[in-house]
Amino acid sequence: MITRNVVKKNYYSDSVTLMLLSSRIAKMDGVKEAAVMMATEHNKELMMRSGLLLPEAKTATPNDMIIAVTAEDEKSVEAALQTVEEYFAEEGKSQASFEDEMVITRTQDTAVRTLPGANLALISVPGRYAANEASKALDNNLHVLLFSDNVTLEEEKELKEKGAAKGLLMMGPDCGTAIINGVGLGFANSVRRGPIGLVAAAGTGLQEVTCLIDKLGGGISQGIGTGGRDVKAAIGGTMMLMGLKALAADPATRVIVLISKPPEDAVLVSLSEALKSVAKPVVTCFLGARVDVAGENVYPVRTLQEAALKAVELSGLAGDNVANFIIPDNLLQQTAAVEAGRFSGQQKYLRGLYSGGTLCSEAIYVLEPLIGNIYSNVAPAAQYLLSDPETSKEHTLIDMGEDYFTDGRPHPMIDPSYRAERLRREALDPETAVILLDVLIGYGSHADPAGALVPAIVEAKEEAAAAGRYLSVVASVCGTPGDPQDLAQQEEKLREAGVILMPSNAQAALLAATIIKSCSNTR
Amino acid sequence: MVSSPNELFNQPLAVINIGLKIFAEALQEQAVPCVHVDWRPPAGGDSNLLAILAKLNS
Repeated sequence: MITRNVVKKNYYSDSVTLMLLSSRIAKMDGVKEAAVMMATEHNKELMMRSGLLLPEAKTATPNDMIIAVTAEDEKSVEAALQTVEEYFAEEGKSQASFEDEMVITRTQDTAVRTLPGANLALISVPGRYAANEASKALDNNLHVLLFSDNVTLEEEKELKEKGAAKGLLMMGPDCGTAIINGVGLGFANSVRRGPIGLVAAAGTGLQEVTCLIDKLGGGISQGIGTGGRDVKAAIGGTMMLMGLKALAADPATRVIVLISKPPEDAVLVSLSEALKSVAKPVVTCFLGARVDVAGENVYPVRTLQEAALKAVELSGLAGDNVANFIIPDNLLQQTAAVEAGRFSGQQKYLRGLYSGGTLCSEAIYVLEPLIGNIYSNVAPAAQYLLSDPETSKEHTLIDMGEDYFTDGRPHPMIDPSYRAERLRREALDPETAVILLDVLIGYGSHADPAGALVPAIVEAKEEAAAAGRYLSVVASVCGTPGDPQDLAQQEEKLREAGVILMPSNAQAALLAATIIKSCSNTR
Repeated sequence: MVSSPNELFNQPLAVINIGLKIFAEALQEQAVPCVHVDWRPPAGGDSNLLAILAKLNS
């Protein structure tokens, strides 16, 4: 084995770009391990631990980039380094065309002076710098969507109080999605405008509900994100309450939807109080909640799918789309029986591999009453939390966007390759019967997530067949026909690979459960 | 100046994107006025220098 380090002095690239590049070269022939990172102390520590850092690179500063490769032989090292150079040459060209079309500044203050009428800042800098940029944006009277995570609870509280005092939206930290005035911010989908307004403490939850509303013929006025911790008592639901109030006063909004994990008690009390003065119908989807808010005009639902259905119904837009949306039970049973009839005797478990955290939670809540306990790295009950997220146990659902998987690796919505690898691994388990997937498209997401998963799906199915088994793959695509990836094409690719596609994540989970039940009934 | 989200709902969106380029590109695709801040860590990410700068600014 040979390890080589190349230090590029005063060379910067953002972490997403570098993680994508690292994962690309790590997969090259002969390469055992690879990392391309800015030489911060933390990154050097990570590289040292994995044996990638050589003494000569230890003096590199955070302004420098380190390319580190461990490979079988000199030739593989050279090939990897060559790929990196080609990547940056290509990146340089695309940066040049980006610079041609986009006004670019070096600081926020210059940007504000350059763009008259600027009213929102979308911030995705590394966590330790994020609060500072967000605070500056609020000072500049900009509403904020803070995509960055790793912001402390204290900083979040301070930012949200500052925003509230100034009447500015402070969406986030860790806010992945918002739709403001019809514009998708962060990871969002191109949805029709209409009378349904949402406030969500769950990024992919907001994506799923807005896409389903679009599919059902409804439309969105605003989709306000809050970041997942907003409903914790320490934050007090500041953004959820502000969003609710804004939508209540918005003449374009007729129905309001609130989406989050169960709010902590104090927040639930504040929300119940605030809801008393809202004259519009409010659908509440607090996934996994035991206690809900009550009220004459409040409609608590259990799943993201129910939230979309209820909101469309209340907005008076429910038409033929709704009737065709739910796959009838007899068809579900038939499909499940056919699938279950193809398994070998040992196959009995469901393995779900998710890129959307809220979609993973929704699936768990759909599945548990039907097939029993689900092990997960995000299990709501402590006894079903996986001790090792890399190893599935019985029925397992994995949220591959969770911190464990995204430390030093790009989020599966940006780079599906690690999920594809896991899929291959799950399929090798002779007890795996059904693989359940979500595929998220839209702004910010991978350009062709279906295309990135299909080779693994085809290979997994072939390997299972060669071993005398049958692998059932069930999925749903969260997206709209207006999204840049081409929804119809994404769906077609998955179908051609033998994936059974359902119209929503909840229905995909339901079919998966029906297949599992059907296979245990036939034995 | 006290603003409100409802004021924002009645204005054309104009965005300052600070950080990841993909989000500026998405805004460009949606024909939203946007300025991209080519963000770099202050003081080159040097934590000692950052602490000194913070002291100077406070």
